[in-house]
Amino acid sequence: MIAQTSHISHTVRPARPAPERDPAWIGRLFWLTAAMVIMWPLLVATEFKPWILFDAQSRKSTLRFLGDFFPPVVNLEFMTMVAKETWRTVAVATAGMALALVLAIPLTLLSTRALSVSALTGRMATMPFVFRQAIRFLLIMLRSVPELVWALIFVRVVGLGPTAGVLAIALTYGGMLGKVYGEILESGDAHASTTLMRSGASRMQAFFYGLLPQNAAEITSYTVYRWECAIRSSVVLGFVGAGGLGQQLDNSMKMFNGGEVATILIVFILLVALADRVSYVLRREIG
Amino acid sequence: MEISTTSISARHPQARRDAPDALVNATITIKHGEQVAIIGPSGAGKTTLLNLLSCALVPTQGSVTLDNKNPWQLSPRALKTLRGQLYVASQVPPLPPRQRVITAVLAGSLPAMSFIQSMASLIYPKNIAGAHAALAMFDLDSKIFDRVDRLSGGERQRVGLARTLLSPSTLWLIDEPLSALDPTRAKQAMDTMTNQARERNVTLVVTLHQVEVALARFPRVIGLRDGLVAFDLPAHEVTPEKLNQLYEQYEDELTGAPPASDDLTIAPATVAVMHCR
Repeated sequence: MIAQTSHISHTVRPARPAPERDPAWIGRLFWLTAAMVIMWPLLVATEFKPWILFDAQSRKSTLRFLGDFFPPVVNLEFMTMVAKETWRTVAVATAGMALALVLAIPLTLLSTRALSVSALTGRMATMPFVFRQAIRFLLIMLRSVPELVWALIFVRVVGLGPTAGVLAIALTYGGMLGKVYGEILESGDAHASTTLMRSGASRMQAFFYGLLPQNAAEITSYTVYRWECAIRSSVVLGFVGAGGLGQQLDNSMKMFNGGEVATILIVFILLVALADRVSYVLRREIG
Repeated sequence: MEISTTSISARHPQARRDAPDALVNATITIKHGEQVAIIGPSGAGKTTLLNLLSCALVPTQGSVTLDNKNPWQLSPRALKTLRGQLYVASQVPPLPPRQRVITAVLAGSLPAMSFIQSMASLIYPKNIAGAHAALAMFDLDSKIFDRVDRLSGGERQRVGLARTLLSPSTLWLIDEPLSALDPTRAKQAMDTMTNQARERNVTLVVTLHQVEVALARFPRVIGLRDGLVAFDLPAHEVTPEKLNQLYEQYEDELTGAPPASDDLTIAPATVAVMHCR
């Protein structure tokens, strides 16, 4: 029956001419032109001239710099120092993360919409909404100041050394973790926690019995990933005097000691690879 | 718990403006310790009614009173206490996949626990014997220390019901408790829930797709259709004509098997992905 009707309509309808062009063409042309028009000023603003890399002068200085890398310095004294600074870098990242968690966890609990009691019956009430937005705004402020800027400030306050690095990581990462934890908690399945609160459990009970087990894997995975980021970031912080491998790298570079730079870079790459590995194993165990 | 509603109407908070109310002008009184089944075709307003009774939805008109208290005039603290006296079991069991069965079941008794007690219970379960007894009534005692994501859909639904038995409530509101159970398990689950409710003198309100179960097990049956109370009668007065009227154009739901519950598909816990935000 269906086949028959379609057959009839096929024969009755007048044959259409083949379309003259692809209807999507105009749109594509427009967006391509728009992208180029927007990109051009960006390239001008960034003085994007990659060929400069390959002129004779640049080639010579690049080769000289790279040539200095060999052989890397591996004497005992230097290696002991590098080992100590590596450990300090890991310690700065870890202590910074611990402080960041102290900051992030309470702020997450205060700001997440998933623990709203008034939202159980539809919309969140006005006051709680404003309060949660205010806390969220604080988190966004904390995280939008780069840790490098915080480190520069703290180097002036507490002096050169790892303390400045720890505090810088704590503030920026506290904001980051708090904001993302809140997003994870809100994007997960809220059924478990809302049901508990509808049956009279308190917010904190609903968090520990519903919301946290629902999202624990994602939260831990993100935390471990951020720890890995903190290790990389604490190296950069060393450049402004916050201790660790970065500070040594800065010193060696200023003294044009390519061999030491090479050793530190190799150690740094190994450290990041190790952190990546540890973070992978941890995440697999949790999942 | 005693329930009375006076001409309540309600709509889903996210409903379109021009959508009709999900429940219109319903006046129902349920006495303490009574057992009531709510039946009706899909979309009749069964779950909306249950949400109204569980303080999960504010009526747009009329009022709900639970034990002579209007929940929407109480202070937040008093409302929380009132919520602790009712237990809501939803059709899809609200269990985090990585939680252990024992924790999921003990979560039912959270309103009766202080925060410190509930934290201690996460470290070492507070009431293993109670959880075991509740699970045993649903033949799940061997699964007590398993993770929820190792259970089948029907097992999860029964864990959700076992949790009810641990709650300190005096009103049980249960939405489609049998949707994922085979007939034998469904009979066992229904027996347990009605007997336990009777023993504890708890008011039991259950929405059901299985009309014959509702008529056989519950002394009182409320029929809903298009948001209206079609009948509210003792089970033996519900005649086949009334049922045919209630399920007109939905005959398959009256005679056939309950509609397949697609929303009870089980997603196993997956390894968390890493996000770069």
